[in-house]
Amino acid sequence: MALLDIHDLSIAFGGVKALQHVSFSIDSGIVYSVIGPNGAGKTTLFNLITGVYTPTSGEIRLDGAAIHGRPPNELARRGMARTFQNLQICLNMTALENVMVGAHLRLDRNLVKAALRWPSIRRRDADLRDEAAELMRFVGLDRYTRARADSMPYGALKRLEIARALAMKPRILFLDEPAAGLNPTETLEIDALIRKVAATGVTVVLVEHDMKMVMSLSDRILVLDYGRKLAEGTAAEVRQDANVIAAYLGAHA
Amino acid sequence: MLTEFFQYLFSGITVGATYAMAALGFTLIYNASNVINFAQGEFIMLGGMLAVLFTQAGLPLPVAVLLAVVVPTLVGVLVEKSVIEPVKGADTVNIIIITIGASLVIRGLVQVTLGKNARALPAFSGEAPVTLLGAVLPSQSLWVIGVTALVVAGLWFFFNRTMGGKAMLATAINRTAAQLVGINTAWVLTLSFALSAGLGALGGVLVTPITLTAYDAGIMLGLKGFVAAVVGGLGNGMGALVGGLLVGVLEAMGAGYLSSAYKDAVPFVLILLILFFMPRGLFSAKTTERV
Amino acid sequence: MRDPRHLGLAVLAAVLAVLPFVLPNSFYLDLAIRMAINAIVVLGLNLLIGFAGQISFGHAGFLGIGAYASAVLPTHYGVHPMLALGAGAAAAGALAAAVSYPIFKLKGHYLAMATLGLGIILNIAFRNEAALTGGPDGMPVPSLELFSFTLSSDRDWYWVVAALLVVSVWASLNLIDSPFGRALRALHGSEVASKVVGVDIARYKMAIFVMSAVFASIMGSITAHYVGFVTPTVSEFFHSIELVTMVVVGGMASVFGSLVGAVLLTALPQILATFEGWETVAFGAILILFMIVLPRGLVPTLAARLGKGG
Repeated sequence: MALLDIHDLSIAFGGVKALQHVSFSIDSGIVYSVIGPNGAGKTTLFNLITGVYTPTSGEIRLDGAAIHGRPPNELARRGMARTFQNLQICLNMTALENVMVGAHLRLDRNLVKAALRWPSIRRRDADLRDEAAELMRFVGLDRYTRARADSMPYGALKRLEIARALAMKPRILFLDEPAAGLNPTETLEIDALIRKVAATGVTVVLVEHDMKMVMSLSDRILVLDYGRKLAEGTAAEVRQDANVIAAYLGAHA
Repeated sequence: MLTEFFQYLFSGITVGATYAMAALGFTLIYNASNVINFAQGEFIMLGGMLAVLFTQAGLPLPVAVLLAVVVPTLVGVLVEKSVIEPVKGADTVNIIIITIGASLVIRGLVQVTLGKNARALPAFSGEAPVTLLGAVLPSQSLWVIGVTALVVAGLWFFFNRTMGGKAMLATAINRTAAQLVGINTAWVLTLSFALSAGLGALGGVLVTPITLTAYDAGIMLGLKGFVAAVVGGLGNGMGALVGGLLVGVLEAMGAGYLSSAYKDAVPFVLILLILFFMPRGLFSAKTTERV
Repeated sequence: MRDPRHLGLAVLAAVLAVLPFVLPNSFYLDLAIRMAINAIVVLGLNLLIGFAGQISFGHAGFLGIGAYASAVLPTHYGVHPMLALGAGAAAAGALAAAVSYPIFKLKGHYLAMATLGLGIILNIAFRNEAALTGGPDGMPVPSLELFSFTLSSDRDWYWVVAALLVVSVWASLNLIDSPFGRALRALHGSEVASKVVGVDIARYKMAIFVMSAVFASIMGSITAHYVGFVTPTVSEFFHSIELVTMVVVGGMASVFGSLVGAVLLTALPQILATFEGWETVAFGAILILFMIVLPRGLVPTLAARLGKGG
């Protein structure tokens, strides 16, 4: 059975049909990419799957359980993590604390114990600090473990989002344009990082404009255009699809 | 029964017209700058107090009224130039505290120079009441309602038919785009303070013969104007007008039928109920956050 | 690695311990007590405004609930003052919990409007229920007994309030540096990011709103017992504004900023009282000046100058 099953998913904002009758499924342990021109509905799809938006119709199943319309915090509990196209870093906190927030659900969140400096909470926090620093090293942010988030450059913040998502220990990770705005060297580094993450067994779902990266990285690719599914398959299949060539790749040729 | 109802209705519309003018003032400034001007109530008070001062100084009524509107307008410009412009782009809370600081300065100055006593202003066309649908109301009510109607018509003309008004609307909709097409948005902000101070003062002048005024009368009037501006959704001119009248009428009905002691609570209960069910006011469209 | 903030706590405790022995007279002791009371309220309010990013322009209403619970329940119903204090805190907490879900769906000026409205409605109720509250003139409050020990002298009050302040600062420092506190600051930084990592943001907003309301109510009770009299001005809109101003002047999201803001703005009216009649003008002008010159508040600005974190 697929890890994630999307069936006949649609959403409309007012009269605008942002996504229409999209169906696909993602197997566990693969890198799955969603591509398409601007406005094709890629980020909207991510927002629907991760619970930020509620679909107008259709089904989303994770491990067979219907999850559409469930709030994001419940989906986090089920092992879903994501990053954002427009950075959503908490600039009022340190970089390390941003990563620590990712571990939220794994911690004792009791208010009274926290206020009383309960020993078990202090100990767990000390461990978590090391764990978060380790994650920052994993994503290549060694030099920022003591930095404030608002003092970090854009490229580093994109990785910080990935570190925060990994702190959730997710089963499935959604990356929304992780290479957008990065220079070619940084893009290669993100490419390598995604491979590293996938190698740990996390299912990665990717929205990305960098075709080279997508084609080399993805096990399967979904092509969206004007909110509809245009094609789906391996990189080779998608590359040869007549519809895709006409509507999307053709436009760039 | 019906007479009583009309009595409350008309007195509600009269006060509501003042709230509506204050609410329009909040709306103008909010649209020009996203600022909520907590000093708005002080302009209402200033209008009333100055009208009293100038008539007592022997000036003919029309001159006194004119001056009582012009002076607060200039004060509004002064406030904008001296304390709002320097902090452009500051946090909402900081700007709110600044406008509260400005209101304290205005209120304090009036208290020091004109004293703490309540002041009365004679009605514009004599004290004889008018009877309408069985309800007896002061003739001044007609002045309040009539002038408010004229002001609303004038504002409509200004925003729809003149370049200045269109520039203000454009700034409200998209400041950057407005700047790109050559609109001087700093000037728009100044104009919005001038207009809303003038509107508030005019409302204050008109309603003072009915309600009296004092140095601290602006606090409640301003807060109720804020309520009226939020009722229809901030930034919505029609909403401000309807909100003002609604707040005024419900307050009068509440005072008449329920409890006069809790009259002042009515607008706040109303706004809480509205916001609980329609978080962006009565007339707002649903928006989706982009991430 | 010692946290500089815990050094701050030690300094605070030391200052509070020697203060009553160096203050020249009872006027200053009284001022110190009122500063400490305000500091505790502002501490709770800063957790809500500065750390969680949710404004409240109605917190004086919660102070009023505590103050009037401590005045009305013992006077009219013979309730023990400690029990009355608890009842007030419970009522304030319950009210905050009840309104928190619809209120915190609101943002920006709409949230300001709703909290402002809540505070004003409470104030009008205290003003109008004259049979119970004495109306605009207020009513006397019986003295507070702590386990058969009656608090009466200003010295007694000072130690109680100083101890409460130290504990509150300690607890606040612990709280912001815990899983709960990080979630709170995260929802300020980005609501959507905190939802996605699993934070139930409505619950966190409710928890901190209830907590700050309970803080305010308890301190309202303590003020009422300390002063021995309560009037509706305790719950006025202007008092809510004063409290928010203390938060902003001291520094948003700064525990020690809360103390500095409370101390300064409690002292200011005393200093300005010598201006005879001009105090309102001066107070307003100083607020404006402060917001223009030090928009981030005293403590964060100083900390940035010294090159250290919050």
